[in-house]
Amino acid sequence: MSIDRMIAPKIVDAVDFELSLPKVETFTLRNGVPVYAFNGGAEEVMSVEWVFWSGNSYESMNLEAATANFLLRNGTSQRTAFQINEFFEYHGAFLQRNCYNETATLSLHGLSKHMDTLLPVVRELIMDSVMPADELATYVQNMKQRLSVSLKKCDFVAGRLIDTYLFGEDHPYGRYTKAEDFDLLNSEQLLSFYDRYYRNGEFMLFVAGKLPANFREQLDRYFGDLPNKKVDRPLHAIQPATQQRYRIENDPNGVQGAIRIARPFPNRIHPDFQPAMILNTLFGGFFGSRLMSNIREDKGYTYGIHSYLMNLMQSSAWMISTEAGKDVCEATIQEVYKEMRVLREELVDEEELSLVKNYLMGSLLGDLDGPFQIIGRWKNLILNGCTDEYFYQTIRIIKSITPEQLRTLSAQYLREEDFYELIVV
Amino acid sequence: MISFERFELSNGLRVIVHPDFTTPNAVLNVMYDVGARDEDPDRTGFAHLFEHLMFGGSVNIPEYDEPLQRAGGENNAYTTNDLTNYYIQLPAVNLETAFWLESDRMLSLAFSEKSLEVQRKVVCEEFKEHYINKPYGDVWHKMRSLAFTKHPYRWMTIGKELKHIEEATLADVKAFFKKHYCPANAVLVVAGPVNSADVRQLTEKWFGDIPSGLKYNRQLPIEPEQTAARRLVVEADVPLDALYMCWHMPGRMEAGYQAVDMLTDILGSGASSRLHQSLVKEQKLFSNVECFHFGSTDRGLLTIEGKLVKGVTLEAAEQAIQKEIDKILQEGINEAELQKAKNKTESMIAFEDMSLMNRATSLAHYELLGDANMMNTEFARYAAVTTDQLMEQAVNIFRTENMNVMQYRAKTAGV
Repeated sequence: MSIDRMIAPKIVDAVDFELSLPKVETFTLRNGVPVYAFNGGAEEVMSVEWVFWSGNSYESMNLEAATANFLLRNGTSQRTAFQINEFFEYHGAFLQRNCYNETATLSLHGLSKHMDTLLPVVRELIMDSVMPADELATYVQNMKQRLSVSLKKCDFVAGRLIDTYLFGEDHPYGRYTKAEDFDLLNSEQLLSFYDRYYRNGEFMLFVAGKLPANFREQLDRYFGDLPNKKVDRPLHAIQPATQQRYRIENDPNGVQGAIRIARPFPNRIHPDFQPAMILNTLFGGFFGSRLMSNIREDKGYTYGIHSYLMNLMQSSAWMISTEAGKDVCEATIQEVYKEMRVLREELVDEEELSLVKNYLMGSLLGDLDGPFQIIGRWKNLILNGCTDEYFYQTIRIIKSITPEQLRTLSAQYLREEDFYELIVV
Repeated sequence: MISFERFELSNGLRVIVHPDFTTPNAVLNVMYDVGARDEDPDRTGFAHLFEHLMFGGSVNIPEYDEPLQRAGGENNAYTTNDLTNYYIQLPAVNLETAFWLESDRMLSLAFSEKSLEVQRKVVCEEFKEHYINKPYGDVWHKMRSLAFTKHPYRWMTIGKELKHIEEATLADVKAFFKKHYCPANAVLVVAGPVNSADVRQLTEKWFGDIPSGLKYNRQLPIEPEQTAARRLVVEADVPLDALYMCWHMPGRMEAGYQAVDMLTDILGSGASSRLHQSLVKEQKLFSNVECFHFGSTDRGLLTIEGKLVKGVTLEAAEQAIQKEIDKILQEGINEAELQKAKNKTESMIAFEDMSLMNRATSLAHYELLGDANMMNTEFARYAAVTTDQLMEQAVNIFRTENMNVMQYRAKTAGV
């Protein structure tokens, strides 16, 4: 069989796909807690996520929210931390907790057959945690040690500094952890945070997987009588830094520098956000991007360079991030600015743009594979106050955006003088 | 139950088809039977550097990534000590693009000087980012060369030193390709909404005329049985003392592997594991402690590692670990602990198998190990393990003469 390998097989342009976001089932528990559920998948597994409005934005002192969230698994009046961990792990289940800026979560992954066994204990954690002082002490000691290791890493140091420049040290997005903050934590104050934002707090539920037939009754039975009191959304003032260029020496023996270049950007509700996501993909958002092609694949300055729009609710930022050889850091920054200039001055050619569009549609299709991915996308929409219309609008914009629009956007947002610039060696 | 069909082309390429009509995506996975263990001791890091060069264009296709992105696909690759894996996910309607790309680079690469020059630099930056410019980044370089004296597991996939990567030549690259990258040494898995007949036809079309190549005859130096404990003390500019202990353990296909896997789980994986509960929570000697292994094909290392709470001596920390080991050896493991490990394994497998990509990669890996159907029989081997078998492994592994200890001391007084 003779084939001409120079000729690519015919493809269907992904940009012509009619993608749809599978619908989720929505209902409320008797206390008004909204539930979003996607029932599907081949494996007998499920995920349940409790999303509380109890993130960093709600704390009155640094680390309060993250620590209260962490200690949810560390003791109730009925069970010790060990017994709680033993219980979930014995059933092959994973109970994780995460604290973000606005929200904080508990998430449970396990075999569907154990749902009815596991849920009452999650209820116990939400209703009856005791935040024991010795558990807090161990946590504080270990977190301080971990922080001392992280502070040796240039990428960690750069990550927190750039957030501070963008948002200010008093904003939850820009605030960072200092060792002495841990020493101010105490059980009473954590319990009072817990009481207000978890036991009585406002929450939502996201469930997915091959769910038991009676999962609605189960959720209502165990969580339908929780107080679910409305929580006011605080608004913190953003105070960006005035100085824009920073060079920091963190490790005298460092062989690489962590580079961060960033500017403020509106949140995802702003009409420029979705077009900018497409521009970002082309600029530095995937392996074939301009930044990657130039700075890694042509010059070999770095193992990887990426740009992205931060997923932040109140106000976002456009970030370029890389670790590069110490002697090529300045050259790397100049190349980043050069790529911005090219985007401002020259039209993207149709071929490159069509590649980006196909890539984006293909990865959207890939991302929607499986119940956990589908519920994850819904969660992001719901928490940002959007519906699936936002998803369809993204697709319309991917399909229709033009080189002229991208140049206009670049002229507005990719200007060197608007960016903070940081190297930490 | 994961359904699949298996066939072999006349050039020796092993092919697995895993149909799944619930997804619009397809995966094409090519696993090559070559890893860092197959490298020349003076040219370490080469298998991984070579993986980078696989993206520098092939004989008929100047750009690998671009046509794939145009078809809505994504790809990546990784190298381990045992194997090298390349995977593509793309919309199933464009599956043939993946066949075209993967077959052409199995046929031959472009072998460009420019690509080699750039990727040498990229890999050197990767080396620095992960193994030099990071506290504790050199731990596994040091531990591997302590625990292995002959077997090529004594170096990491990134390589022993930057120099080996900097010195790689195009002639080395060509020789490596000829030796390892051919149908006789590869497994192809196609997964997604596909039927076996179509895949067979596409495979014949794109891979059928690639010369078979010589089947690689792996003859690695055998690691001699360790006869005395080995110790290494390292001082470095890190904030905390850390302790690493390793023991030689059975290879992936040896009897006892599943028992050891669960033994590591019971000892040190998860917040309810023995080591965490005793050493972090009760005695407060470590700020973290884990027990794990690498899933190596050849005889590998069971590892216990942790960072010490400030003020605790490395000697006291090691004694405390030894005490936990002795406790197992003297008092045994109870049925509930074993059952917990089995339950966790069952659940882990179910979660892993959710993803089409994971299923494709697992099928390829099991086929490389000898039989893709282990995908469906592996859990039964875990379920059948008894506490006696766990103890037999524990007794055999945790012998003093089988032990390697590295004390990683913080040079400075602290932060």
